Amino acid sequence: MDLSAINWLTLLASLMVAATPILLAGIGELVVEKSGVLNLGVEGMMITGAICGFAAAYNTQSAFVGFAAAAAGGAALSMIFGLMTQVLMSNQVATGLALTLFGLGFSALLGQSYIGIKGIEVSAVPLGPLADIPVLGPVLFQHDAVVYVAIALVASVWAFLKFTRAGLTLRAVGENHDAAHALGYKVVLIRLAAIGFGGACAGLGGAYLSLVRVPQWTEGMTAGAGWIALALVVFASWRPWRVLIGAYLFGGITVLQLNLQAAGAKIPVEYLSMSPYVITIIVLVVMSSGRGRAALAAPAALGRVFHKSG
Amino acid sequence: MSPLFSANGLTKAYPGVIANEDVSFEIGTGEIHALLGENGAGKSTLVKTIYGLVKPDSGEMTLNGAPFAPPEPRAARSAGVAMVFQHFSLFEALDVAENVALGMENPPKPRALAQRISEVSAAYGLPLDPHRTVGDLSAGERQRVEIIRCLLQDPRLLIMDEPTSVLTPQEVDTLFATLNRLKSEGTSILYISHKLEEIRALCDAATILRRGKVVGRCDPRESSARELAEMMVGTALHRPERDITPPGAPVLEVMNLTLPPASAFGTALKDVSLTVRSGEVFGIGGVAGNGQDELMAALSGERRTDHAAICLDGAGIGALPPRDRRALGICSAPEERLGHAAAPDMSLTQNAMLTGAERRELTRGGFLNWGKSREFAEEVIERFDVRTPGPEEAARALSGGNLQKFVVGREILQSPRVLIVNQPTWGVDAAAAAAIRQALLDLAAGGAAVLVISQDLDELMEIATSFAALNAGRLSEPHPMTELSLDDIGLMLGGMGAETGETAA
Repeated sequence: MDLSAINWLTLLASLMVAATPILLAGIGELVVEKSGVLNLGVEGMMITGAICGFAAAYNTQSAFVGFAAAAAGGAALSMIFGLMTQVLMSNQVATGLALTLFGLGFSALLGQSYIGIKGIEVSAVPLGPLADIPVLGPVLFQHDAVVYVAIALVASVWAFLKFTRAGLTLRAVGENHDAAHALGYKVVLIRLAAIGFGGACAGLGGAYLSLVRVPQWTEGMTAGAGWIALALVVFASWRPWRVLIGAYLFGGITVLQLNLQAAGAKIPVEYLSMSPYVITIIVLVVMSSGRGRAALAAPAALGRVFHKSG
Repeated sequence: MSPLFSANGLTKAYPGVIANEDVSFEIGTGEIHALLGENGAGKSTLVKTIYGLVKPDSGEMTLNGAPFAPPEPRAARSAGVAMVFQHFSLFEALDVAENVALGMENPPKPRALAQRISEVSAAYGLPLDPHRTVGDLSAGERQRVEIIRCLLQDPRLLIMDEPTSVLTPQEVDTLFATLNRLKSEGTSILYISHKLEEIRALCDAATILRRGKVVGRCDPRESSARELAEMMVGTALHRPERDITPPGAPVLEVMNLTLPPASAFGTALKDVSLTVRSGEVFGIGGVAGNGQDELMAALSGERRTDHAAICLDGAGIGALPPRDRRALGICSAPEERLGHAAAPDMSLTQNAMLTGAERRELTRGGFLNWGKSREFAEEVIERFDVRTPGPEEAARALSGGNLQKFVVGREILQSPRVLIVNQPTWGVDAAAAAAIRQALLDLAAGGAAVLVISQDLDELMEIATSFAALNAGRLSEPHPMTELSLDDIGLMLGGMGAETGETAA
């Protein structure tokens, strides 16, 4: 193995790109879980976003339209989940899993005529002199807009949850839906809004894969990124900035293992490929074993069905 | 003087039950108005209607002379109606200020709000730190959060749903002082409770509900508690009778029991010693959080102790698990009905099996005999007048009082040698409480040793033969109940010994 073959600057730069899909999906799921809903359908919403985004962008040759379509597609799929769990009060875990399976199949159906087509070019944001700074420039300032949008989204979610009345209401609903209802807050509506936001974010994350990272459409191309995003929320103890840190950590591992493969590491490729998922499992085990610390940070009403009575 | 609030012919029906039927009453300005009734009499539905959580099928309300029909709590709040809930509507992971803000229509900026909370809480003698997390607060402090939340909105009508059920006597005094002060400032209060003495001490008028209908109005200051209770229940109330029998031989002994707390928020038991004799009702009083749960866990076997620290008939049992203790005749009913004493989503038959399997021999060769369990559940339901459609009903579906009767009855019918109960009548209406207390006395009269842990002093004074107080994990010296005055008990609760020699005279 020749470690010197790895270009560490490129690696750091591609880390931000690799992290963006799970960052987007993760921050969306964080909002959903903060409202007390556990949506395990992130993977399904991501891949639906990936194909919606790819198809729309290809047909209009506009990246913006592509991302908008991806967000709409993810949100639309999440509304199926919202209808099932919030209105019909189905079990959230089962519905979420079904949503993932449905999304995988549905996206394959939609994407049949797009297989093998080269996607459109998404250019970097011209940041002028910033992009020319040595070292920092290529790592931080030569990316496309979505990378920065994702970071801005983390900041907005953090500020929203911490400083706004609506954010406080959302946390309250996730903490104790019965009390929130008794105070006159519309639990179901608030949760539907959160679910929709989560779906749109997951859709964006998926489209980032099919429009920027890869960029083309293949079936099942999210390859478990949705599950990593779910783990990310737990890893982050439901705090927005930690989602960012976690996403870069996982992004780093993903990029590193690719680079190690390219550098001809003497480890079978399969082990390298599975490393992000293994790390996900290890992180979850460690977080959950720490005498319920992760459980303490979790919204108290997470995953519980709200039944309006009286 | 025209009334501040009036209800006229309010009716609300749910499938199969009429919660309120033609309910009319008035609340004057600056009046503390009691709403009395047993569990299930329709009090909750009525106050939810006033607060905009429930829409009445017919009937109307007025507030300040104007028609009042709040479509949602928000509208009620902005009209000047505030409510302190029975089960606190608080968010444990949020801090005090955030909780207060959630209950207000237009909360000021966080910093200004925190200051207002400090000011108002100091002004009303309810000290509260706006930045503490609610999950760390005691029950009394949590109630303060709710009250402050209401007060910050300058309500004209304050609804309090069973506010004292979780409070210590001292906290009740503080609460009453606050309420009287609000009254003097012209705020009307609708006070819901079934603690009759409280209502007589505090309220200016009372409306009594039974099965959804108004069955009486009175001035509680001029009626006796007995009259009120009989109006509420509809029949003459049976007061527990106590035969003073000399206690027999010691049955349950605890010697120098010391136990570290189970969790970071728990209380350590320090050097607790007590003896419960056959035929005796041993009452343990104390403010919540002074080690009651820990003592209960140690005695029931949920937590193991030094084998010799707890003895039954002189033999150590401290290291035995609950099942083995049940087999020896030590039955227990913990405080929390749903989730601890009973599994909420399981039927009464299944719940009967859970603790009755050993002593009632509901199993054979490791297989469950559901038929026998069902018979046992039916026996409990019949003997303890548990009002439920049948033994297949889920525990969750029973009202608090009925489930409590079931939980206590289930233990008593196992004919225990020692029965340990924690808060046997918490949140239970007068009739059911009287029935449970009578059953405990009957059990003791039959020769069992009964240990009652309770925060309700009236209850302990009514049924206990001996009394000791828990304070910060230490148990006071026990005294015969008849020799204690209320002052003595207060001192014991505060951690000081009672000077029985002087007061017994």
